[in-house]
Parts: sequence; structure tokens; C-alpha cells
Amino acid sequence: MSHSKDLQEYWRRNLRYVVILLAIWFSVSYGAGILLADTLDNIKLGGFPLGFWFANQGSEVIFVLLIVVYVKLMNNLDQEFDVHEK
Amino acid sequence: MSILMWTWIIVGLSFALYIGIAIWARAKTTGDFYVAAKQINPIMNGMATGADWMSAASFISMAGLISFMGRDGAMYLMGWTGGYVLLAMLLAPYLRKYGKFTVPMFVGERYYSQSARVIAVICAIFVSFTYVAGQMRGVGVVFSRFLEVDINTGVIIGMAIVFFYAVMGGMKGITYTQVAQYCVLIVAYLLPAIFVSIMLTNNPIPQLGFGSTLSENGMKLLNTDGGYLLSKLDGIQKDLGFAAYTGRGAKSMIDVFAITLALMVGTAGLPHIIIRFFTTPTIRGARASAGWALLCIAILYTTAPAVASFARLNLIKTVHEKSYTEAPSWFKNWEKTGLVAWMDKNGDGKMQLAKGNAFKGKVAFDKTAVGPYGEKVVTTPVDDKSANELYVDNDIIVLASPEIAKLPNWVVALVAAGGLAAALSTAAGLLLVIASAVSHDLLKSIIVKNATEKQELIWARFAAGGAVIVAGYFGINPPGFVAQVVAFAFGLAASSFFPIIVLGIFWKRANKEGAMLGMLSGIAFTAAYIIYFKFMNPTANVAANWWFGISPEGIGSIGMCINFLVTIVVSNLTPAPPAEVQRMVENLRYPREIA
Repeated sequence: MSHSKDLQEYWRRNLRYVVILLAIWFSVSYGAGILLADTLDNIKLGGFPLGFWFANQGSEVIFVLLIVVYVKLMNNLDQEFDVHEK
Repeated sequence: MSILMWTWIIVGLSFALYIGIAIWARAKTTGDFYVAAKQINPIMNGMATGADWMSAASFISMAGLISFMGRDGAMYLMGWTGGYVLLAMLLAPYLRKYGKFTVPMFVGERYYSQSARVIAVICAIFVSFTYVAGQMRGVGVVFSRFLEVDINTGVIIGMAIVFFYAVMGGMKGITYTQVAQYCVLIVAYLLPAIFVSIMLTNNPIPQLGFGSTLSENGMKLLNTDGGYLLSKLDGIQKDLGFAAYTGRGAKSMIDVFAITLALMVGTAGLPHIIIRFFTTPTIRGARASAGWALLCIAILYTTAPAVASFARLNLIKTVHEKSYTEAPSWFKNWEKTGLVAWMDKNGDGKMQLAKGNAFKGKVAFDKTAVGPYGEKVVTTPVDDKSANELYVDNDIIVLASPEIAKLPNWVVALVAAGGLAAALSTAAGLLLVIASAVSHDLLKSIIVKNATEKQELIWARFAAGGAVIVAGYFGINPPGFVAQVVAFAFGLAASSFFPIIVLGIFWKRANKEGAMLGMLSGIAFTAAYIIYFKFMNPTANVAANWWFGISPEGIGSIGMCINFLVTIVVSNLTPAPPAEVQRMVENLRYPREIA
């Protein structure tokens, strides 16, 4: 069973992952899809104005990827600190 | 075979399937009934969550809403998917580790207070009932449109089906039927979208299709020259005096921001979604299952804007400036149901779309009269300020898409079955929350503490049955404010549950005093703002009067901030929670039990 210092480190790493992933979550939706959408719309992605694309497609796809990355990171972290379920 | 015939067959088959599953997945214990014995595979749970989440509104109305709102409409797409990221990272794994049955139960134990639990029960019941009334109505509406039965008869059929599998199977029965319902609804949504996409752009993937150029066939159908579909649409919108489809819409940026946030946080705070993550066998599974859920949801939510722009372009190009006699057949079919209507304001025999409303108020028809071109005669007074001659209901965008794509009749029938699946699956999930709140949080924990497992299971079934009947009653006699209360459900979920659950997990110092005052002030603020603008003084409900330009739909995001703030400040001013509560919170952080 893990040492209490290790447990604190595990929790810190977890929080760091969450903060980074939620920063991306915020940037693609509220940032690119809303606050900067007008500016980004001047750039075209095929037939999509970029801001419109982030709001309609990009955010949703990136959200799914964020959860996939989170799941991978956390499962590895659990193993590394030996706190995974048996 | 006719559409009606096909619809009865396909809807009948799907109902038989749901009932079959219910008999197979009977609940034998309270664990089965509340959390499906925690035996649901993460992929299955993801599909079930998808069906649980996507309601009649997502399936039938959302694409239409987006189609009329342009880029602003994306707030629904982002708002109703982004909450799952919060769920996956901030709530699901920890609540699964907690490992009990209901959200109010967590609130009660974490904040060592029965009163906190009671507040949470009341919120859970209120949020779920507002939501479920709309679903029952949705079932009735689908029945009446596709099967030509009375709306009320439709509601009663829907009630009977839900009653059967919710009362018998509890969470277990609901979960497996939701998996089947997800399959039905996603096929029903994608099939027409894929065919319309191929028809207009030659691209079989609708998500890419609406960013492509029009194909030869598409140009011919729409009688226009080539180019990107979206820039075509922008151009036509501008010609007609509307804002560009892909550009900024009518809402202010801060309001779009606030509504998106309220929807995201509200999603993460809705009890019927949170409890789905109590059903997986492991914490690993709970995390994964949030990913599967969002994938299942995103498949529909990324298709919706494609459907919206295809339909918008098609609508304008095949209806605007066309004489009624040469209107496309889907137009005449849906005119019968009152979803589209035309009044020849300028007497030229042609249908014109323009900015503004065609009629003042809800469209009603003269039952017998026929206009000079064979159209149904609208009795609602026309709006003289606008040259618009057409009333087009949002729902038409999804409902008519199979006919627009000239797909066979059975596809139309499948769309009906999909709409019913979406409404029934959401209703069932909500009813379970109500049933477990009543039987577990009120009866078992507060009123009859020494009840046996068997008794509790019987109460749970009775509570589920009672909830179906109440929901059905509201479906048949919808309170006039059903549309307004959706803002309520999300606002309340955002301003009550989300902050105190997140703080409860991530901040050991959060205590009973903080959480109770936080919840109450969040709810009181949000409710007061919505009640004032929606019910007491609806004429004042314009941007100029809103605080910071935030509409009642978006005010839940401010309510959430208030709840966070009050909980943090009050917790710091009052004694820390007892040591055993802090230990419990510490324990939530690690998947394995830590000695």
C-alpha cells in the first residue's frame, strides 16, 4: 500500500491533468467558439469559417478526445501509484 | 405500403422489443432497482446515458432551432456536450467511488446533514418533474403526427410502456431498454442525414458534407450554381434580409457565453445523468463510460448542424418564390399537421420567405375552407409588418428530412420510432430519479428507518408507478409554462447541485453550513430571476433589462458562481467538518480503499 506522501503526489498530478484538460476545454468552446469566433471566421477550413466550425463541430470532437486522454492518463497514474482497483 | 402502415409496424416492433427487454431484466433487489446492481458494462452504460440524455427536444427540435438561429444555435451543441467533460473529470469517478444509490444521499452524507439531503431531494424531484412533463408531451405529439391518434391517447400509450419497464425493471430494465432505444434513435437520425448529404454534396459523412461544395446533382435540385454549401447559404440569407447563417446571430456574446455555461454546468448537475455513473462495476469503468456517453451523444450532436444547414438551404431554395401549386410534396404533407402554413399576403400566388413572423400568434386553420390554390386557410391574424408569408415550425427540419431526401416510406416510420425512443428513454431515466428520491431518500432514510429490503423495493415500485401517473397527467394537461421551465431545470441543476458536489469532492473544508447556505442562495437567486422575467413581468424580458445582458436562460451560470462563493466564504467562517467526513472525502480520491 502506498505511502501518504505518494498519495499526495498522486492527487497533485490528478489535479494538474484536470486543470490542463479543462483549460483546453475552455479555449476550444468559450474561446474559439464564442469569444474569438468573429475573428476566426475570417479563416476558412474548407467551406467552414473557422469560428463557426469550432462552435458546431470542433468543440464537440475535442471534448470527446479530452475525455479519452483523461481516461488514459488516469488509468496510468493509478497503476504508477499503485492505487488501482484490484 | 403507406407511411402510416409502416409506422405502426416499426413503432410496434420497437415497443415489443422494449417490453421483451423489461421482462428479461426484472429487478430483484433494491441494488438492481436503483443502480442496476453496478453491473453495467461501460460501453452499454455510455449508450444508455446517450439515450437518457437525448430527449424528444434533442431529437426532433434541436436541428430546427439551430437552422433558424445560425451560429448562435451552437450554444446548444456545445452546452449539451461540454458538461460531460466536467462530469468525467470532476464528478463521475468520485461519485462511483462513493458507491451508494442517489445524489441526495451523497449530499446528505458528505455534509452530515438530513436537512441538506432534504433540500437536495426537493431539487431533484422538481428538476426531474419539469423535465419529464415535456417528454410525455413529446410522446403524445409524435403519436399524433405520425399515427394520427389523439395526443392524449399517445401520452397514455407512452405511459403504459414506461410504466411497464420502469416499475418492473427499475434501473436495470431502464438501462437495457435505453441501449436498444439509443440504437433505434441514432439510426433514425443518421440515415436521412447521410442521404441528404450525398444528394447535395456527394459526401456520405454529413459532418463533412455541410462544409463541402455542392455536387452536380445538388446544384440541379436547388437550381443554383456551384460553390461551398455554407457560403451559398450565407449569400441567400443575406439576399432575404436575414443575418449570415455562419456569422454572429441575434444574441449578444455575453448571453451566448452565459447560456452555454449554464447548459454545460446544468448537464453535469442533472441527477438522472449523474446516477448513470453509479451503475458501472468499477471506477475505471465510470471514467471510460463518460467517454463512451459523450461519443454516443456527439454522433448526433455533430450531425444536427449539418441537418440544420441542409434543410435551411433546401427550404429556401425549394419554397421561396415558388407558387403554391408547385410546392414540394413534403410541404403539402406537413401542412396537414399544421407544422407549415402559408398565407398569400401580396396575392401573387407565390410563397415568400422574409424576416419577421408571418402571423401574429399561434397558427390555427379553418377546418373546412380551402384557399384559391388549394392551401389550408389560416385563421390567425397576419402580421402586416412583415412580408413573410410562411410559418415554418422548427420541428419540420428533422421530421421532413426523409421526404426531402426522397427516401422510402419505412425511413419516415423509423424517424417516428426514433423520436419515441428519445422521449421514452429520457422519461424513464427521470422517473427513476423521482422514484429513488421518494423511496430511498425520504421513506427509507427519514420516515421508516427500519424497513426491510423487500419493503423498500415495493415502495420503489409504487413510487415509480406514481411518478409515471403524475408525469402522464402533466403530459395530458401541460402546465402553460412547460417551455419556460426548461430554463428552470438547467438553471436549478447548475446553481444547486454542481457547486456543492464539486466542492464536496475537491475541498475537504467545505462544511454543512456552507453547503446549505450556498445551495439556498444559488437556487433563490436563480429562481427569483427566472420567475420575475418569465412569469411576473414577461414584458420586461428584454436584453435592456437583464443584469449584465444575461437572459433568464443563462442566469444559472451566475447562480452557480453565487453558490460557489457563498459555500466557500461560509465554510471558512464556520467550524471544519468532522474528522470522519474529511476521511471519507480523502478516500474518494483514490480508486482503491486506503487504510
